[in-house]
Amino acid sequence: MMALYDKKNTLSERHIQADKKAMQRVPDDLWEKCHYCHGTWAKVATNRYGTCPHCGAGKRQAARQRLAWLVDEFTEMDAELTTVVGRDFPGYMEKITAAQARTQLNDAVLTGKATIERTPFALGIMDPLFIMGSLGTVAGEKITRLFEYATAHQLPVVLVTASGGARMQEGIHSLMQMAKISQAIAAHHRAGLLYITILTDPTTGGVTASFAMDGDIILAEPHALIGFAGRRVIEQTIQTTVTPDLQTAENVLRYGFIDQIVQREDEKKVLGWLLKNGGRNNVQA
Amino acid sequence: MSKLDAAQVVKRARRADKITAQELITHLFPDFFELHGDRVGGDDPAIIGGWATFHDQPVTVIITNRGQDLAERQQTHFGSPMPAGYRKALRLMQQAAHFNRPVLVFVNTPGAYPSPEAEEQGQGPALAQSILAMGELEVPVITVIYGEGGSGGALALAVSDQVWMLEYSTYAILSPEGFAAILWKDSKKAGLAAEQMQLTPQALLKQQVIEGIIPEPDDHKEVCTNIDQVLWEQLQKLRALPGNELVRQRHARFRKF
Repeated sequence: MMALYDKKNTLSERHIQADKKAMQRVPDDLWEKCHYCHGTWAKVATNRYGTCPHCGAGKRQAARQRLAWLVDEFTEMDAELTTVVGRDFPGYMEKITAAQARTQLNDAVLTGKATIERTPFALGIMDPLFIMGSLGTVAGEKITRLFEYATAHQLPVVLVTASGGARMQEGIHSLMQMAKISQAIAAHHRAGLLYITILTDPTTGGVTASFAMDGDIILAEPHALIGFAGRRVIEQTIQTTVTPDLQTAENVLRYGFIDQIVQREDEKKVLGWLLKNGGRNNVQA
Repeated sequence: MSKLDAAQVVKRARRADKITAQELITHLFPDFFELHGDRVGGDDPAIIGGWATFHDQPVTVIITNRGQDLAERQQTHFGSPMPAGYRKALRLMQQAAHFNRPVLVFVNTPGAYPSPEAEEQGQGPALAQSILAMGELEVPVITVIYGEGGSGGALALAVSDQVWMLEYSTYAILSPEGFAAILWKDSKKAGLAAEQMQLTPQALLKQQVIEGIIPEPDDHKEVCTNIDQVLWEQLQKLRALPGNELVRQRHARFRKF
């Protein structure tokens, strides 16, 4: 009778042991998890856009990866610039070097001349994997030069933003970039040229407080975090918790600050149409 | 000039007996006529704007306001403007350009207010518009920082021909507490951050972020006399330039960074 209760050799115990062995043969890292809806999918099924099949949120993607699906042709500009500010800041240069290796970029933005369906335009893509896309003197100079080039060559500008805000290590010089870029945008605007921004996850701080929100057309990706102040800063200031969707693209659209939310898969097509049909209307009556 | 270290300057800039918006108005602009509202849907007491004469010349005055008692401080969020404040300031600056009035701006703010309402009302876009449009004003614009010049919220009122600072004031990308929290995950290292951040008037003058430092004795009337002298001298220089030249030079001032 007692043998019935012998736990060491029951059917279920043998199964558990067998399962454990089987699990050890399964490699890790097979699943991708969405940062927004926490839905999962098999990594092999990941598309090149890095979008979640459940909710459409886009994974933070390196600028060069994004470039691969966004445009037809691309010629890079100012790939060699490096910062002269903040070189003495403890640990900063090591951080830059690591970010450069990770992203294959000199700083947090990739700029150049591009085409979609043969329409030429100036393109900037910020890289969220380069010190959280933070805006320092090099990114600021590259974006300013991009606008100056576009103004001189009568080209529209498309900027894909992704940034935690100003680069702390470069201090007040980072803040000055916001004014510098804005003035290049103003000159481009005065020349009657089109400026489109695509806000991606995350677009916050000084970038939201300047060029991200200066577009003639402002697009955003689904569920992207878009805001000025960080959530923790808000919560500390008002001493209470904030609803997590306060700064999602969907809500910022509702507040009236974004023109449209566009899926990554559609961005190239949408940009192609806007670039072709936007800007100064030269049709004679 | 001040021999204080950076952390001490931060403390002095935030002191309770700092010169107030009301004192600046009383002493510098006795005929000040206040103009309210952003013409969109709000009026933020954290930014006061209006018309005045300065040495018999018509000017537009914009001043951030921390409030004088607790009730006022709560209304102004201790001098942290809402989007409506920045929209009011920009409305009045563009109006000044329309009527060819120089703009005199006085800034003492920890930064633009971080709250859910500010986000919903477009704090980012309001700052962005101000930063862009200020650079294009075809009239002289001078900013005086008279306490804290905090981050984008200060820059949105300082895209000017000239920026001057009172001796005991600061201008930085973020508060030293915030800076330490972001970089070292420890807001208690604010003192160390202050040193690292180069936020004192002397450090900023050296980096050509500002044009000059205004001596700040304890007597607030004397402080106003010092401000008056600088503003009048510089305003005469700037008034001699045509509007498009002012904009060209303002752009060059920021292009160098």
